[in-house]
Amino acid sequence: MSLEKKEIDPQTKLDRRGFIHKTSALVLGGLLGAKVVYADNIPASFPLLGLQPTANALPGKHPGLLVLNDRPINAETPAHLLDDSQTPGDKLFVRNNGIPPELDKIDPEQWTLTISGESVRREMSFTLAELKANFSTVSYQLTLECGGNGRKEFNPPAKGNQWTTGAVGSPIWTGVRLRDVLQKVGLKDDAVYVGYYGRDSHISGDPNKTVISRGVPLAKALDDRSLIAWALNDKPIPHLNGYPLRLVFGGFPASCSGKWLERIVVRDQVHDGPKMGGQSYRVPCRPVAPGTKVPDEDMCIIDEMPVKSLISFPKTGATIRLNQELPIRGHAWVGKGSIQEVSYSIDFGATWRSCELEPAANPHAWQDFSARVSFPEPGYYEVWARATDSEGIAQPMLLPGWNPRGYLNNACHRIAVRSVS
Amino acid sequence: MSKGPEDIKAAWLQILDLVLGLSKFALLAASLLLIYLLAGDSLASWWTPQERNVSPTSNSSLSRQVLAIEDEVENGIHVPTGLIYAEGFEWVRSTCTACHSAKLVTQNRASRAGWLEMIRWMQASQGLWDLGDKEKPILDYLAKHYAPEDIGRRAPLPVEEIEWYILELD
Repeated sequence: MSLEKKEIDPQTKLDRRGFIHKTSALVLGGLLGAKVVYADNIPASFPLLGLQPTANALPGKHPGLLVLNDRPINAETPAHLLDDSQTPGDKLFVRNNGIPPELDKIDPEQWTLTISGESVRREMSFTLAELKANFSTVSYQLTLECGGNGRKEFNPPAKGNQWTTGAVGSPIWTGVRLRDVLQKVGLKDDAVYVGYYGRDSHISGDPNKTVISRGVPLAKALDDRSLIAWALNDKPIPHLNGYPLRLVFGGFPASCSGKWLERIVVRDQVHDGPKMGGQSYRVPCRPVAPGTKVPDEDMCIIDEMPVKSLISFPKTGATIRLNQELPIRGHAWVGKGSIQEVSYSIDFGATWRSCELEPAANPHAWQDFSARVSFPEPGYYEVWARATDSEGIAQPMLLPGWNPRGYLNNACHRIAVRSVS
Repeated sequence: MSKGPEDIKAAWLQILDLVLGLSKFALLAASLLLIYLLAGDSLASWWTPQERNVSPTSNSSLSRQVLAIEDEVENGIHVPTGLIYAEGFEWVRSTCTACHSAKLVTQNRASRAGWLEMIRWMQASQGLWDLGDKEKPILDYLAKHYAPEDIGRRAPLPVEEIEWYILELD
């Protein structure tokens, strides 16, 4: 029986897919011998994940985001919702350390940014309108990834939000170059680091506690594509992601890119705000065995993020017919340089085939990849993707070096696929 | 919204085709029956979370209903927080959720020493107070119910959690 070609109302189509989805979950669960998860047997490690009612969607965010933590708000984007070449604002992950300033108390007209610190020639403040009027407005697609993306896989486990794969996104950001603003203010010769302060408040309720104040080395601050941004995909930045003003340093841990930005400090030393020191956003300077206690002085600040990729289509769990070629899509990115190759494997790394790879829109934007995958016989498969950067460094299939806080897991992403005859 | 009868028909035919193709209809029926018998109630409670059983002490008084929901426990999990409902729960709830979400507890795993280290870190930098004689019951609870599992160098995909679906391709 052939289904005649006709225009299908998107909503109808969704309904129909939802119908098939619900039915097939049961059918396949019983038929193909996959274990069925009994409610009583939910392992202690997954109390509520995946069972969140959609009514709990975060303001301005897609209901499919997985909320890891609601105070402070932390939510990641499932891989299949990251299929867009440029990440929409409602699908950009949320990693908040504190409580954002209340939306109705933010007046973009009144918002000011102050540049200060021991290594500026003079302190200066700019309103948002002055930033827009006095400096060139530029737009770049910049990939932001949380340093702890993938933390959940480390063993022994690392404390903190247990991100799986979705603390990453690559929207188009619009703003002014941080460099232009710093040059206007004037830097002393001893400037080495740039830090930020935002208007979010500490979850303990203590108004005198700074939530987080990180930053980047001066060279990164002066990069062509380091922005003070007010727009994401030509719209105001989502409230949870830093409205009305934030920093964006593509390729560095996203925590460097301060949100609700109200002050920038130019420092004559490595910035020492909260979450710069200790073990936060740091990894052992030298490799350590899993579980090692590492003294603070042997921990080094993370700069560029490692090479990584994500399969955004299809969603894991796809069942296809044996005679069908499976189209796969995704993105690959690296903090420094560019992506040279993306490969996929359906035999756990025994053989790899190349994907089509698109160029980046600009440095620090992720690159799209695609391929058409054939399966030799019916059965269960995993499609693994592996990116290689311009220095020839590829993603590991196993977890990379263990570190106490669980940063920089760039192990290959994989999805489950079933081929049926 | 009009759902084309042909669409539904096509969907069912696809499913039926799959079933016949694999010639395991009996297994399917047996599996479905087994699922229903073993977990029907639990599954039903997943799909209709708004209909979860409220504690029988609730009555028509709204405030008492709210209290009951606050104390709702399901399958050993305290529903409002997601915390495992066991000895020490009250101390953990009242202490930890004063500042942060209970999800920060439930998504983490650590040994007793690891949990103690987190408490010390929160005391040193995040404004957590001295826990006094509550520290022991809190640590007992965390170390017992949120202990690490050995997942090796990389855990396999959680196959039993995958939601299988038929991918329609042109």
